[in-house]
Amino acid sequence: MKHLLSVEDLTADDIHRLLELTDHMVEVSSRPIPKVPALRGKNVVSLFFEDSTRTRTSFDTAAKRLSADTMNFAVSSSSVNKGESLRDTIETISAMGVDAFVVRHKSSGAPQMITRWTNACIVNAGDGWHQHPTQALLDCYTIRTNLNRRDGFDGLRIAIVGDIKHSRVARSDVQAFTRLGAHVTLVAPPTLLPPSLDGWPVEVSHDLDSLLADLDVLYLLRVQRERMDDALLPSLEEYSALYGLTPTRAARLAPHALVMHPGPMNRGVEMVVDPSELPGSVILQQVTNGVAVRMAVLFTLLGSGSAASIGESA
Amino acid sequence: MTRLVITGGTIIDQRGERRGDVAVEDGRIVEVGVDTTAALTGDRTLDATGCIVSPGFVDLHVHLREPGKEEAETIETGSRAAALGGFTAVVAMPNTDPAQDSVAVVEFVRQQGERAGLCEVLPSGCITVGRNGDHLAPYGELSAAGVHLFTDDGNGVQDAQLMRRALEYAKPLGIVLAQHCEVSSLTKGAVMHEGSCCSRLGLPGWPALAEELMLFRDIELVRLTGVPMHFLHLSTARSVELVRQAKAEGLPVTAEATPHHFTLTDEMLESYDAVYKVNPPLRTSDDIAALKAGLADGTIDAIATDHAPHAPHTKEAPLDQAPPGMLGLETALALAVTELDLPMQRVLALLSWNPAAIAGVADRHGRPLEAGEPANLCVFDPTAEWTVVPANLASKSRNTPYAGRTLRGKVRHTVFAGDAVVEGGVALR
Repeated sequence: MKHLLSVEDLTADDIHRLLELTDHMVEVSSRPIPKVPALRGKNVVSLFFEDSTRTRTSFDTAAKRLSADTMNFAVSSSSVNKGESLRDTIETISAMGVDAFVVRHKSSGAPQMITRWTNACIVNAGDGWHQHPTQALLDCYTIRTNLNRRDGFDGLRIAIVGDIKHSRVARSDVQAFTRLGAHVTLVAPPTLLPPSLDGWPVEVSHDLDSLLADLDVLYLLRVQRERMDDALLPSLEEYSALYGLTPTRAARLAPHALVMHPGPMNRGVEMVVDPSELPGSVILQQVTNGVAVRMAVLFTLLGSGSAASIGESA
Repeated sequence: MTRLVITGGTIIDQRGERRGDVAVEDGRIVEVGVDTTAALTGDRTLDATGCIVSPGFVDLHVHLREPGKEEAETIETGSRAAALGGFTAVVAMPNTDPAQDSVAVVEFVRQQGERAGLCEVLPSGCITVGRNGDHLAPYGELSAAGVHLFTDDGNGVQDAQLMRRALEYAKPLGIVLAQHCEVSSLTKGAVMHEGSCCSRLGLPGWPALAEELMLFRDIELVRLTGVPMHFLHLSTARSVELVRQAKAEGLPVTAEATPHHFTLTDEMLESYDAVYKVNPPLRTSDDIAALKAGLADGTIDAIATDHAPHAPHTKEAPLDQAPPGMLGLETALALAVTELDLPMQRVLALLSWNPAAIAGVADRHGRPLEAGEPANLCVFDPTAEWTVVPANLASKSRNTPYAGRTLRGKVRHTVFAGDAVVEGGVALR
């Protein structure tokens, strides 16, 4: 694997291998000194053309636990604001010697474009509405561990609720969950679905209440206030009434069902109930697992040797 | 006086096909030796063996970028690309900076074309001042200055009342209004065709409806006013059907299609390469089939390139940031020959005499090859194969979507106003 651009490029076996490697990384992270020399001398550059404190910090922590050198390139402090082109930016930083770029960009496809201008590995940390593959992997890992599904998601019923149209998380999760065998239902008002779902292995529902009792995983997406400006929703209150996780709806979930969210949450919109009072909430575990999953991804792209070589402490 | 002869070719024009040599003097055809055993002779000979000799091509839709964006193209470099593509006249779109909404600007564009001397550059005029969609441009003054085709290309005229007034006002002037059909409220932020591909790629879609809705409105305005309209770059199957229906009802409408819309689909965008971003966007294989049917049955009158040069660095941006548009002048003939399964005379109607009539230059372009006619001619080898290499194009820009493609059909010579401006595939000016 040279790059991680899209879940579309991963087979079920690829995903399983990354999740197994994540088990090792969780073990490393649980040590008193959670650091191994696996990527010593490798230079990992975070290129964030869009703000994201949590994803950037997660990748940064992952790289440091593997002893890679890290550099942060934030747009506000860069020459991009002086009109430098994306290509010039990539070629300039590449010339300093970079092994991997972790790229977040508000434009779909930007990480794929960047592969044309550098020999470094590219990890997509979220591009536009397109893909967020490490989020999908950490979501799979969280489901796998909590529901004890090491062999796959056959028969699992997962609902993804919210703004599917503008969501890179939804696109990545649909591909990853279904590739592992889950049955995925998208729940959203028609205005927040993509214009076409041809080729998506999913069902669609506009009635969350009818699904709740049968779900193994309820996955909520963030609904943004600016959607009202495009006449996609009448109001956030109405969205909340029809699609939000209220205490009443939470009470109808099966006892084993997980509640997930990629963050940041909109309290009182999609998340009406206090998640700390939800027994099935694994939202913070998602964040924790994010570090281990990203360690597995960076090690797969940049590491040499087997998972055994990450055994010793730094 | 120099006598130029074109020998050994097959003449195809609106009168039909025949073997024949053509002699040109002082800007006009002076002799056509049809089926004679004795070749014509002159001071200078252009070899047309194995080639078709036809009237020069007329492109209804090119962006020459001057004035305002000379880093992408100039009237000289664009004219050279046109001549190499077999065109002897091109209609320059008005989205320059300043826009072509005044006599001063259109005169400048025309004069730059005359200075380059490679083809006739016909400035179009704006429908509205600054292409802003608010106030009518001075059609009377511009028409008196020789402008025949008016458009806000790049923008559709959104206001139905304003469009109605534009047609009514234009009526006594004998000009033609050309619409870029796009209801902009349906295409906010759009970068590609709305369908399964954009849904998967996470890109905002440009629905077919946005084109068809304005096309429908304008057809009804033509019905109301009786004033002719031309429709730019049709891209959808339903658009072809709407125009077919309007023509069947006898309405004075004409339409064009671009080579890229009848050869490429929205799946090209899977590469996220902005060279495939164009407005209107690449559509589906069903749309391509409908466009080809429209080109074959006369629903679509002309092939126009929408030649839209952009400096390389502007196309090396993410899709939502890169400007839309593709080069077209130097590949149009070859794409028509390679991709359209049409008789050669039909291809030439689409490239030459039909657009000449729409552009209002049928007195000097797209003429039959006969003694006394103006000598604006193209000589091309319909079987020659060549590979598109962006760096070899005459355009200042490199944004062709056909890089690396091998095509059939190559211009050998172009004669403009009686002079060879391209000889042996090389521009002489």
